[in-house]
Amino acid sequence: MQTESTPSGPAARPAGPAPAGRQRGSPAPEPPSPADPAEQGRLHELHAASAADAPSAAAAALLVAAASCPDRAIAWLRLQAAERRTGALYGPGLADLGLPPERLLMAVLPDELALLKAGTDLLKSRAFGAVLMELHGPCRRLDLTTSRRLALAAAAGNCLALLLRAEADPVPSSAWRRWQVASAPSRPLAALAPGAPAFAFELLRNRAGPSGARHALDWAQGRLVPRAPDAPRAPDMAETPDAPALPRTALPLPVGRSLPPGRRAA
Amino acid sequence: MERQGNALRLAAVSPEALAAGLLPGLALADARARLPLLAAFPHDPAADAALLRRLARLSGDFTPMVALEPPDALLLEIGGSAHLFGGAQKLAAALASRIEAEGLAQAHAFGDTPDAALAFACHPSAGGDWRRLPAAALGLAPEDEAALRRAGLRTLADIASRPRRALAARFGLPALTALDRIAGGVVRPLKPRKGRPSLMFEQRLPEPLLMADAVGLILERLAVRAARRLQRLGLGGRRFTAGLFRTDGLCQQLGVESGRATRDPAAITALFAERIAALADPLDPGFGYDRFTLAVGAAEPLAAAQPTLEGDAGSGPARDALIDRLSVRFGANRLLRLQPADRHLPEHAQHRVPAAGSRAMPWPLSPPAETPMRPLFLLDPPEPVEVLAEVPDGPPHRFRWRRQQHRIALAEGPERIVPEWWRSRSGRLDAGHTRDYWRVEDEGGRRFWLFRAGFYGADAPPRWFMHGLFA
Repeated sequence: MQTESTPSGPAARPAGPAPAGRQRGSPAPEPPSPADPAEQGRLHELHAASAADAPSAAAAALLVAAASCPDRAIAWLRLQAAERRTGALYGPGLADLGLPPERLLMAVLPDELALLKAGTDLLKSRAFGAVLMELHGPCRRLDLTTSRRLALAAAAGNCLALLLRAEADPVPSSAWRRWQVASAPSRPLAALAPGAPAFAFELLRNRAGPSGARHALDWAQGRLVPRAPDAPRAPDMAETPDAPALPRTALPLPVGRSLPPGRRAA
Repeated sequence: MERQGNALRLAAVSPEALAAGLLPGLALADARARLPLLAAFPHDPAADAALLRRLARLSGDFTPMVALEPPDALLLEIGGSAHLFGGAQKLAAALASRIEAEGLAQAHAFGDTPDAALAFACHPSAGGDWRRLPAAALGLAPEDEAALRRAGLRTLADIASRPRRALAARFGLPALTALDRIAGGVVRPLKPRKGRPSLMFEQRLPEPLLMADAVGLILERLAVRAARRLQRLGLGGRRFTAGLFRTDGLCQQLGVESGRATRDPAAITALFAERIAALADPLDPGFGYDRFTLAVGAAEPLAAAQPTLEGDAGSGPARDALIDRLSVRFGANRLLRLQPADRHLPEHAQHRVPAAGSRAMPWPLSPPAETPMRPLFLLDPPEPVEVLAEVPDGPPHRFRWRRQQHRIALAEGPERIVPEWWRSRSGRLDAGHTRDYWRVEDEGGRRFWLFRAGFYGADAPPRWFMHGLFA
């Protein structure tokens, strides 16, 4: 399945900035879209637009990784602290998203240094199609040298490196592309049910062409697809004309102090 | 000294104290009366046992068959190994000098049976002749021993000359058994300290090795030998133990495990390198290592594999070797795989298992749907939220989670999940709260999984929780 991304014959060269050289002369290169399979052997950064967008950015990273290497294993590296912040990765949810959880190796590491070291090893090993590294907050260790090292490891291992950042300002790095990801309002299903996950991508930095492109993408059967233009978002639920006009009571509920019911039932 | 009943008594005495007339069993107060300057220390049986085990390990250089004989003896079966040292006497002299180099006193003796050897070592006055052993060598109860003495039976020769039936009637069968084991050539089965692993490789060095860095080289050489042997046998090992023996007798054991059977020397060496790098105390060669061993445990059949033309990129073995290495470096519980669990409650629907040594289990395929029905991240435990919702069963309108207000634009539900009452101890239907799950999306387009535990109109008002985050 990798024949698309790997050029064959004498033109085969290790992944490097070669496409940039080819595109330098051409006037208007096609703006890249996250819906296209990302080239392997490159480092990409995905920034969550805000802390609340971190789950969407994670899902986007997974979808990009799954599309770039359809039948290879994917590694996800995260910190112990992230398990508390966004919760643990949930297998049924992954399966629903279209990524079989058996393809995933998870590493929950104690600190940033361990994560970056393990990430470099995994990238170089040629045993994984994509390696996701999730880092929340500003990270002092993630400087230009480190990202260059990651990019070289990705090229050496012909593996897609995805750096997933949240609550952090972009710092100079040797990433091939830097995307900003936010979750977008979905197109409602029948009876005002939340629809397929929707994402808003913005290309913050691009080594091989212009940046600044924005993409609205939807999830469809395990893939990212461009959003169809006719997407009128239903206005606020309270103002929808077909909402029942019956009087409804609404009660505020206090936060309970006792154990959650899952623990009680156990 | 040790405490026996209410009195502190001597458990063991030094040669000097023995010369002064102190014997084990004497009360500490009496001993102090005789020798006011007596230095007494608490008896530590665990330390004694550890010392004996260490000596047993040391004796393992002379014969594989070493049995512990607590509290203070070792039994060595040297019938098969004496010739390697030029005879039993030379073997014993070498072992004695090793033990004395530890600063310990020793006494040894040879015997046709284990019990005879033990008796000769304890009673050197017999000179290796069982007939001259005192009656105490039988190890009988004190009153039986006194009875033998009163009857004039002072040596084993005296006792063996009596009719067996009378002895059995008076002192019981154990006395006869003990006599047979010393004098009658009856061999008691020895319980060796540890079975020697079937695959063990050893490297002795002509000079002690002082560089900790070179340990990896020696282990690699051993791994290559092990690989050759394993390949001939068609086996692969899953557990490897390296023994690093220092010249001063200290031995350090390093163990590594691999997820699948392997005999690749590079992989084994890499695992040991990770293990050594992860040691809390770095390797201390002291005066140098002069012997290395590599034992292969948990050997499994492993057929030769044909490498593909493209190398084994992306294939199982390379990945497993890497997972093993990272598991050794960071801990096995840090590299995880998700496995499905056929359970009803969402938080129990998956297992997180260590990736090293586990297989990837296929997950059931999700039916094609317009949108994922389960969140990508699950909060465990669920976090309480303040919710404004229609009663009794309407959708939530607003909620407050982690000090942030969210207005809900889209909602779907409820999906009712009843507690697993069949697992509860009481077995009652109301063993937990029924949960009504809602998939909601707020105005910013973030999707959440909320649930309400309990019903309106029940004794306790229901409470709302945040259980997961969607993409």
